[in-house]
Amino acid sequence: MSELKQFKLPDVGEGLTEADIVRWLVKVGDPVEVNQIIVEIETAKAIVELPCPYEGVVARLHAAEGETVDVGLPIITIDTDPTTPTPPSAGPDTGSASGTGSAVAAELHPSPVADPGTHIGPTVGPTPGPAGSSAPDEPDSGEPKRTPVLVGYGVKPGATHRRPRKPAHPQPVDNPPAARPILESVQPARPQPAELAPALAKPPVRKLAKDLGVDLTMIAGTGPQGSITRADLQASAPLTRGVSRTESADSAGNAGLYWTTQREERVAVKGVRKATAAAMVRSAFSAPHVTEFLQVDVTESMAAVRRLRELPEFEGVKVSPLLLVAKALLTAVARHPMINSSWDEETIVVKHYVNLGIAAATERGLIVPNIKDAGTLTLPGLARELTTLAETARAGRTSLEALTGGTITITNVGVFGIDAGTPILTPGESAILAFGQIRDLPWVHEGEIAVRKVTTLSLSFDHRIVDGDLGSAVLRDVGAMLQDPLRVLAWT
Amino acid sequence: MTLDTAQPELIQLLTPEGERIDRPDYPLDLTPDEIRDLYRDLVNVRRIDLEAVALTRQGELGIWASLLGQEAAQIGSGRALRPSDMVFPTYREHGVAWCRQVEPIKLLGLFRGVNHSGWDPAEHGFHLYTIVIGSQTLHATGYAMGIQRDGSDDATIAYFGDGATSQGDVNEAFVWASVFNTPIVFFCQNNQWAISEPLEKQSRIPLYKRAQGFGFPGLRVDGNDVFACLAVTRKALADARSGQGPTLIEAFTYRMGAHTTTDDPTRYRLDGELEAWKLKDPIERVKAYLVKNQLAGADFFADVEAQAKQIGSDLRKACLELPDPPPQAMFEHVYATEHSLITAEQSAFADYLSSFADEGVS
Repeated sequence: MSELKQFKLPDVGEGLTEADIVRWLVKVGDPVEVNQIIVEIETAKAIVELPCPYEGVVARLHAAEGETVDVGLPIITIDTDPTTPTPPSAGPDTGSASGTGSAVAAELHPSPVADPGTHIGPTVGPTPGPAGSSAPDEPDSGEPKRTPVLVGYGVKPGATHRRPRKPAHPQPVDNPPAARPILESVQPARPQPAELAPALAKPPVRKLAKDLGVDLTMIAGTGPQGSITRADLQASAPLTRGVSRTESADSAGNAGLYWTTQREERVAVKGVRKATAAAMVRSAFSAPHVTEFLQVDVTESMAAVRRLRELPEFEGVKVSPLLLVAKALLTAVARHPMINSSWDEETIVVKHYVNLGIAAATERGLIVPNIKDAGTLTLPGLARELTTLAETARAGRTSLEALTGGTITITNVGVFGIDAGTPILTPGESAILAFGQIRDLPWVHEGEIAVRKVTTLSLSFDHRIVDGDLGSAVLRDVGAMLQDPLRVLAWT
Repeated sequence: MTLDTAQPELIQLLTPEGERIDRPDYPLDLTPDEIRDLYRDLVNVRRIDLEAVALTRQGELGIWASLLGQEAAQIGSGRALRPSDMVFPTYREHGVAWCRQVEPIKLLGLFRGVNHSGWDPAEHGFHLYTIVIGSQTLHATGYAMGIQRDGSDDATIAYFGDGATSQGDVNEAFVWASVFNTPIVFFCQNNQWAISEPLEKQSRIPLYKRAQGFGFPGLRVDGNDVFACLAVTRKALADARSGQGPTLIEAFTYRMGAHTTTDDPTRYRLDGELEAWKLKDPIERVKAYLVKNQLAGADFFADVEAQAKQIGSDLRKACLELPDPPPQAMFEHVYATEHSLITAEQSAFADYLSSFADEGVS
């Protein structure tokens, strides 16, 4: 007989209510052992690996990577006696909430159980109304209602009420009827100002509204007594939580939402955004920046990229124009060591190694991981490191180690379809090279107008250390190597 | 006056490569059986710790403070004690608890929230886990002053971490212990990190040198060397028993895991640091010593592994079977004698519980 056991998301951090699934390390059908690491989750406090409490075979994954799951909901089902075939089950279940309604709603609240009443949890936050009472039409969440008792005050003699009986069989969590209200609240009827009463909402929802800059009186509540739930709030504030402005404005059925919501919103400054802001201010107002530009005919480099791709040494690695830019910059650094230095008030620290930073736009914001000792790598080695760095950054798995100790940076603004910019130095570094898009342009080539591949290089440098002649020499060298890649051979 | 910035001396009897170093000032003559037992202790407490971390991740414990990397400091010092000595631990001394014969499941009960520490401190000579940072050093000093006045030749040992040395309590304890020449050993496990705060933000001088300012000796021992921890603690305890007063032992070690299961060390420390300390692993060096000196073979190591595995799975089973305490139990140990407020609350709570009687919920 198959025996299915569910592992419910535990509170791994003293009072956390939810966590994001970062990465599954097992899939349906995989055998698992007790304490085998099966999934990585991210809570408000930490990225945590969860070990499996059961031995058996994975029968079902209840949440997809990237989903936010409430504590107490199942995330995986293990068949602990898989000698007989497991009951039919699908692959990763992304939750029933995506069945109807708009994509935005599904993305905002992908949790398989979306009952607004249970979202906060039965023991956190007071319920509105007299303790223990519940409106007859309140959707039954299947959770026992508990009388809130303040810690330290005990139970008031005579003030106790009987709690509603626990249902004999808890409702199946996979497809609760309670998921409806959220989807229905995507396009709530806006209350007229005349009928505005003080909006009912639990304190955590009020806090969230404040953080999001949402006016609660503008939202129709679907919770008990018309109170506003977290889901109501999220449905009306689509510009938050991982949904970018363009995405939300473009989503089907929600094109008007951008104009109809509140006039301004406030986005909490935290995480990468906060770190980026601090770094930019520190750099911009401590190091006097100068930026120089150079347009370069990179037709030969593009041909070189194509030839490199065919070499066996580059099999399986990505060869991009960025690789040649990186190589050219490394070569230029070796010719002009002072460009790879940092200002330390009394002294200038000239580094005889290059930890090459590559600015990367990730879902969480701008990060600049660096490739350690990039100058010592072979060209295929450098190509591999660039590929790994980009993949790691995209997966959100860049280590603290990779984010510290950089010495010089390249920012590839060309990927945004941009020619040039005036990049701000990574704090502690003295130069940053921006690599623009490569375009077909009319260009004077060997005395005639020809259509050539042209790009623009921008080099910002710290003028305390680097004078115009040095900065220009570095930029000129990089440009010369990209115009004629053979120069790299001559200069190394 | 200039600050003494000489390289701190590190007392070491067993190198990370498993080479024995002889030190006449810290003689240690262990039989092969005793060495094998120390190895077994180290492996067992690491396994207990691992199981507890996993159980926490599975929602079975509320929190756990891992001792990973600090096994030698705890087993070495714990095995130096005699049964009548008294230990005042922090919340991370699972290895010392093991030496004091406190069953591991009792530690788990505390972190599962089903008891307020399930052992009798007097029976084990092992005080309750103290969560407040450093306050146990004052309790330990007071206890030491007590046994001193009883004329006993027992000793007291107080455990704390590097972060606790910044607390007023610890410094007050140093003053009292020093002035009254109390029979106490201050055993500081310097694991380099006070949650996310590195040692250099705690002290400008090596921690053991602080003792001199209070007027008693301090020394630094390789906290990943179980031999050295044992020898050094024995000597400090002998000094305490013979009226020589307190000693501060700084066991120089490393917290290889997170501060607790709610902490994520990758946010504040570099991978390279952990990798460097892995080479100084407290268990591997004893294994290397046993192998090099042909004191143990594959059979022994397989047997130790099997025993540890069994301890782990027994602990898991026992943890899952821990009964929830009856709700009334929370009133039982608030006061030693009857107290009118507690009695009233207890009675009201009983009324509340009896309102469910017909539903069979309580």
